[in-house]
Amino acid sequence: MKAKICITLKAGLLDAQGKTIKQALESLGFQGVQGVRVGKYLEIELNHGSVGATRKDVERMCQKLLANPIVETYRIDLGS
Amino acid sequence: MPSAALATPSVAVLKRVARSHNLTDETYRRIVKTLGRAPTLTEVGMFGVSWSEHCAYSSSKPYLQQFPTRGPRILVPAGKENAGVVDIGGGWAVVFKCESHNHPSAVEPVQGAATGVGGIIRDIFTMGARPIALLDSLRFGPLGEPRSRFLLEGVVKGIADYGNAVGVPTVGGEITFDAAYRDNPLVNVMCIGLVPVRRIARAAAGGVGNPVLYVGSSTGRDGLGGASFASRELAEGRDADRPAVQIGDPFTEKCLIEATLEALATGDVIGIQDMGAAGLACSTSETAARGGVGIEIDVARVPRRAEGMTPYEVMLSESQERMLLIVKRGREERVKRLFAKWGLAAVEIGRVTRDGLMRVRDGPAVAAEIPASALTDEAPVYHRPVRRPAWLSRAQRLPLARVPLPKDYARVLTTLLGSPTIADKSPVFEQYDHMVQTNTVVLPGRADAAVLRLRSGRRPERSRGAAVLRLRGLGRWLAATTDGNGRACFLDPYEGGKLAVAEAARNLVCVGARPLAVTDCLNFGSPQDPAVMWQFKACVRGIAEACRAFKTPVTGGNVSFYNEGPRGAVDPTPVIGMIGLIESGMGPMTANFKDEGDAVILLGETREELGGSEYLAVIHRRKAGRPPRVDLAGELALQQLMLTLAAQGLLKSAHDCSEGGLAVALAEGCLMEPSRLIGATVSLQPPAGARRPIRTDALLFGESAGRIVISCARYHVERIEHLAARHKVAMAVAGRVGGVHLCIDSWIDAPVDELSEAWRSGLRQALGVRR
Amino acid sequence: MKFGVVVFPGSNCDQDCLDVLRDVLGQPAVPLWHQETSLKGCDAVVLPGGFSYGDYLRTGAIARFSPIMRSVARLAKDGGLVLGVCNGFQILLEAGLLPGAMLRNTGLRFICRFVTLRVERADTPFTNRFQPGQVIRLPIAHNEGRYTADAKTLKAIRDHVVFRYCDEDGRVTDAANPNGSAGALAGLTNERGNVLGMMPHPERASDSALGSSDGRLVFESMLEAMVHA
Repeated sequence: MKAKICITLKAGLLDAQGKTIKQALESLGFQGVQGVRVGKYLEIELNHGSVGATRKDVERMCQKLLANPIVETYRIDLGS
Repeated sequence: MPSAALATPSVAVLKRVARSHNLTDETYRRIVKTLGRAPTLTEVGMFGVSWSEHCAYSSSKPYLQQFPTRGPRILVPAGKENAGVVDIGGGWAVVFKCESHNHPSAVEPVQGAATGVGGIIRDIFTMGARPIALLDSLRFGPLGEPRSRFLLEGVVKGIADYGNAVGVPTVGGEITFDAAYRDNPLVNVMCIGLVPVRRIARAAAGGVGNPVLYVGSSTGRDGLGGASFASRELAEGRDADRPAVQIGDPFTEKCLIEATLEALATGDVIGIQDMGAAGLACSTSETAARGGVGIEIDVARVPRRAEGMTPYEVMLSESQERMLLIVKRGREERVKRLFAKWGLAAVEIGRVTRDGLMRVRDGPAVAAEIPASALTDEAPVYHRPVRRPAWLSRAQRLPLARVPLPKDYARVLTTLLGSPTIADKSPVFEQYDHMVQTNTVVLPGRADAAVLRLRSGRRPERSRGAAVLRLRGLGRWLAATTDGNGRACFLDPYEGGKLAVAEAARNLVCVGARPLAVTDCLNFGSPQDPAVMWQFKACVRGIAEACRAFKTPVTGGNVSFYNEGPRGAVDPTPVIGMIGLIESGMGPMTANFKDEGDAVILLGETREELGGSEYLAVIHRRKAGRPPRVDLAGELALQQLMLTLAAQGLLKSAHDCSEGGLAVALAEGCLMEPSRLIGATVSLQPPAGARRPIRTDALLFGESAGRIVISCARYHVERIEHLAARHKVAMAVAGRVGGVHLCIDSWIDAPVDELSEAWRSGLRQALGVRR
Repeated sequence: MKFGVVVFPGSNCDQDCLDVLRDVLGQPAVPLWHQETSLKGCDAVVLPGGFSYGDYLRTGAIARFSPIMRSVARLAKDGGLVLGVCNGFQILLEAGLLPGAMLRNTGLRFICRFVTLRVERADTPFTNRFQPGQVIRLPIAHNEGRYTADAKTLKAIRDHVVFRYCDEDGRVTDAANPNGSAGALAGLTNERGNVLGMMPHPERASDSALGSSDGRLVFESMLEAMVHA
């Protein structure tokens, strides 16, 4: 099973990279860009039995190591 | 004899692969003759990279022999090992080398520059030396062009990402902008290391039966160029994803530095070599040939990060952060444990043999079997045609009558100070960690050369192969600089070559350091162009003459040809990296004026030389004329005078006069230290009765060689006059330090804070960096 | 007093700290390998600057799980002095020994230069040799020094901010804040005051030959505090 994890800065924190990219897009003439958030994307291969157990494990990975809960949020997708 | 199964491709296929490696059909025949049979695919690849211009110096070798390579302080002369080694006394030696990474940086500036830094650092610590400093010599196109800004920012980021993480301070270098580099930037990196003389490591295999260890990162298809593509397509008929760009991993490199220095300190390592360009192929054959032995390896044992790699690909991969070690039999487990401690793989991939052959196995099959010395010593040498460029005479013509004198000299000075080549480089330097290791006693941009305090070693720490500590009583500093003037070389490569060496030496004496030795990167266009070869030949002659005159032997470096874009070749650009030693107890000198009332003195003579100047380029948009002449005997006298003045502690500041001429040198003396801006009032008018008056713009902005601006307490003036006369160096007391304006005769009267603002904001504005 | 300097893979200021503790301060100091658990009898521990584990996931995120960090946490709990410099500060935040987190500098660039700092508290074990309000010069060298925390935490730590970025006259201004750090925070202690994290490098300014010796007072303060403890 493959876990796909997206980690981004929490809403409300200044995302300096995102801000810079937004400005760059605007200067290239792209209009209507409301906001850009930059994050990390991870793919983790797992061989657990159930989806439920896997999700629980990946949650713990995120809380313990992969994301910093003070400044980051994460989203987990499980697929094959 | 290689196994039949691996030698299947037809001769036509092999020749195509050979051609993709730029091996001519004639060279291919030579390979067949050497082997006494048709080569295998892997063998073609190994010959291809070993006999490449980059590895074998095929076009440049006949000229490089002119360089002086020996001297009383030279412990390991050029070409014998990975880098030159210079004795600095007290049982310590300096290892240093400069290398180019121009082409990778043009393709992908961040990774290109980063892997350039990683590679040169490995060349230094494989000699057993702890890397203590980096300098970068960079050339880009005009910053008004987006691509130049993109390249500059990428290269700087690459250097910063890698150098900062690996913990080696970037302490100096130079950045120059000229349209000649807009398609092909130059990225030359110099690394300096420190090693106890008795612990200098060798890059030679020895001891038949000794194990060969592969250490560090795994092997992927990184850096395999078109040749590999061709070989795969032809050999297997399928495509694969081939990252042509190598990716740097500074974290692994940092661990590799520590583990390697620890391993070398155990005495269990016989020989060691970085897997740089051409990876396993060159590192194995070079260590074997240097040791006069053979090496047999099994590519099946090489750690990999891509599936289905052929022996050809494994041997030629340029994956970064890998090393080859030959260790004493019976000690391999100890060495492996040491690398494991740093989280690094160390795998036995083969052993040293008696037969002098470089044998590559793939499990039971033999993929290559070549006399090691054939790869390293029998590469073809090309005597390329040489012809003076037809355009040169025209470029050298500069009728000064047609160059109008500016109306407002102060404005010219402000413009020059703000032009990117002359302006303050701190927006770049601040992105580099230039302080780690706590030896950087002169911050970048505050003196003519970088200066490090030298601290001698004690018992090695568990975590460091060569821990350092200051010898409080010794009072010794190492100075380093890189210099090169492509425009001067374009207009006269022979004078330009001399000029680069002379300026480097002048920069060193300006901090009070005695020049010791040189490393060089020679950046040129295509060697197949007779005009380029003419430039190369003349330039090397100039460098060699200057190095001989100054007794600064060339200890190594590299040659980078094919620096070209659609609009032609880059300016011929030799970059001279020079190191020197400050041995007097006075410590290093800086470039800024210090105290109100001090005398400002000009050493050397100003001639009417505007050819190739920054002034002509920036103000008049001309790149023409003859560059300033270099009088080697005069330069040497100036160097010796400076060392005497420094040793006697007579000077408060010293600053070489180069781009922008005297006016810029004086202005920089006023503004270089941001917390101590100070004015000066000087007169450059030649004394009454001087031979021939010099144009005012040449007086102010001309770049005659052999000049230094110094300042001193007034009561030392007489003593300095006496010493200058004794060394036969022209000297003029031009004025005094003080006030808040820079006043030069009736031509310039400018507030120093305005000059400072122009100088400090020039590059920042061009790059859009917020302070 | 015996000092320990933790060596993580990727640390690069460990030797600089050892040099200052031994050569400038004249105290015994030993490296502590991250895989070990013993503090070898050290009275105080320094987590040095560098790029532990390459900073590849997040600065300090992996180093905090090293075996030695359990012992460092215990030392902190027992009231021993723990100083985290630069990457060491980032590790202390990840380890939860100090509140908050670090983000990338607002300029998105690595910055290495001298800055001026105002000493906000001169009554901590790390700053007792300074005067309150004193303006000092130390170098910074980092990519991620923009301190952040939620509003509640920022309020709670108000009295634990030890150093703030300021101009030469001691004024805290936006222009003098090099990285966008919340409240111009450059150094922070825990509530008890025995754990200090700071982005500037005191070990790089402990010798006038290097342009400033203000940083030396941080180490001397620690010594003073321990001797009189």
